[in-house]
Amino acid sequence: MEKILNWIDDRFPLTALWKSQVSEYYAPKNFNFWYYFGSLALMVLVMQIVTGIFLTMNYKPDAAKAFESVEYIMRDVSWGWLIRYMHSTGASMFFVVVYLHMFRGLMYGSYRKPRELTWILGCMIYLALMGEAFFGYLLPWGQMSFWGAQVIVNLFAAIPVIGEDLSVWIRGDYTISDITLNRFFAFHVIALPLVLLGLVAAHLIALHETGSNNPDGVEIKNHKDPKTGIPLDGIPFHPYYTVKDIMGVVVFLAIFSMIVFFVPEMGGYFLEANNFIPADPLKTPAHIAPVWYFTPFYAMLRAVPSYFGTQVWGVLVMGAAVMIFFALPWLDRGKVRSIRYRGNLYKGWLAAFVVSFLVLGYLGVVPVTVWGQFAEGMPLLGGADKATVVSRVLTVVYFLFFLLMPWYTARDKTKPEPQRVTG
Amino acid sequence: MMNKLITTLLAALVLSAGPAAASGGDDILLEPAPINRLDNESLQRGARTFVNYCLNCHSARYMRYNRLTDLGLTEEQIKDNLILNGAKIRDPMTVAMPAADAKAWFGAPPPDLSVESRVRGVDWLYNYFLGFYQDEKSATGWNNLVFPNVGMPHVLWELSGTNRLVTTEYKDGHEAHGAAIAAKRLVKVAALPGGKAAVETVAVATPGTMTAAEYRTLVADLVNYMDYMGEPIKNQRISLGLIVLIYLSILFVFAYWLKKTYWKDVH
Repeated sequence: MEKILNWIDDRFPLTALWKSQVSEYYAPKNFNFWYYFGSLALMVLVMQIVTGIFLTMNYKPDAAKAFESVEYIMRDVSWGWLIRYMHSTGASMFFVVVYLHMFRGLMYGSYRKPRELTWILGCMIYLALMGEAFFGYLLPWGQMSFWGAQVIVNLFAAIPVIGEDLSVWIRGDYTISDITLNRFFAFHVIALPLVLLGLVAAHLIALHETGSNNPDGVEIKNHKDPKTGIPLDGIPFHPYYTVKDIMGVVVFLAIFSMIVFFVPEMGGYFLEANNFIPADPLKTPAHIAPVWYFTPFYAMLRAVPSYFGTQVWGVLVMGAAVMIFFALPWLDRGKVRSIRYRGNLYKGWLAAFVVSFLVLGYLGVVPVTVWGQFAEGMPLLGGADKATVVSRVLTVVYFLFFLLMPWYTARDKTKPEPQRVTG
Repeated sequence: MMNKLITTLLAALVLSAGPAAASGGDDILLEPAPINRLDNESLQRGARTFVNYCLNCHSARYMRYNRLTDLGLTEEQIKDNLILNGAKIRDPMTVAMPAADAKAWFGAPPPDLSVESRVRGVDWLYNYFLGFYQDEKSATGWNNLVFPNVGMPHVLWELSGTNRLVTTEYKDGHEAHGAAIAAKRLVKVAALPGGKAAVETVAVATPGTMTAAEYRTLVADLVNYMDYMGEPIKNQRISLGLIVLIYLSILFVFAYWLKKTYWKDVH
């Protein structure tokens, strides 16, 4: 066995890689609940790829056959129903895990120097994931697949001058059609998965270069054992975090299984009722809403009014809401990283941001008339949909969290950071 | 307190009706469908009703006849009792009616019903079959409380008898909703001009060959069958899920123990 390993090591740095990335990668010993979601995201990615491969074996990217082939998978392919539900649940759970992972970064300042590139690569993964989810959602070729894609691609048509041509170029046709389905299939099963895998590898390489942050936000590399050079508060990733993450994986799989086996539609949030109707270009559904993980941004899009005869402002706001995450490392001027030692200003703004994200997410699911209208006689707001007004306010709060950050993080009354991690 | 609870529950019921509740400003209160996915006899009766009454116009082309062995039937029983158009046992449930004719007769081709239960939900379907009433103004002579101006005539009318629409006016929406909830049956609250509101429901005009209770059982069986057909794997899915969760709970004990053992020396 050792002979084989030596033979390989002379030709490929297998042992060296294993040591540097896993068994001698020293992670802070004080990771808490929030640190499960990175490894869980990786596991969900692998699960999506594996189930995706098996789905591809039976799915037909053809407008005349796509819907039927999904039902074929659900009924006639051995275990096809399980593979399909794992994939559809996995798509939503991927976003659950990634949103929690990003929130962890916000709480503990994981994006700050020297981990800016890890954060940026993570933002790029999030963007690629959104694309992956969008392209994949067209494939079952149900009503929501079709009209959701129609609405999103039409957003590009709002861009002045080149918009119309751009949207035709994306679709490959004047409407969502078999041609669009074919190219979205190509993007979903090969183009974006390749991008995702490359980005995830880069995300991990960058992380392992700087070392992981921790809930105290202090650098464990500042206090090393003088003899061994190992951080005093560090423990090798393997076996300590591998066994801990296995425990997290089992709990996650239990929750995942409850959805897959007992409520695979998740009340219409993971699989929408209207998507069990085959796509019909002549019949627009009464209420088109994107899947839940896009709804905060969709609510912003709907809330922004048109000025100068163009809808492009909503599209720009929506795009900016996603892209602004990239700037985070340079917006934060706080003296400490972790929320544990931040003052009330940062805590308050983070809470306001989370509330606005969640409420916008809810408002993006429901029609704008959900809360009724303000009374006609009211000044300024008379007759306006209450939900639209609330969406506008929350969109502003969402952006202020980022735009005011240089100001409130610098002014915040922070507590002194400990020298070492606090367990 | 209790009233509020009931209102909330009924609101949830209305929300679960989805498309029905979302369209228009009217509120529909649906009765819960009394179905049991484990009752094979009910499913078999539902399958019989389905092939006799629905399958003349509607297809269920993702459903194969031999799949009905799920319901405790043998292939012989299926061939003798449930295949009415000479199809082979492995064939899907298709109809011979050309789509063009269907469009001419009904205004739109009758939709395929394979996954209709997943589109509408079982409560919607159950109430749909209870919601037909006679309406002189419609082309077929039928209308439906759950699906206004539906293209389909009331195919089961000989069994159920005929219904007429009963409208009661109330002075405002609040009072109408109170009456609707108190009715504890399929009703629709419609807003009227001048802030008034009406509660609409159906009442028997002429009795059919079945009693009201018999007809409700027939419809419940049919909906039970349609729910099965929408996802034939459902029972297997749920029972496998229990096994998977038991397995994961046992695995968790080991995973927890492994973590504790390794982490003993971390302080």
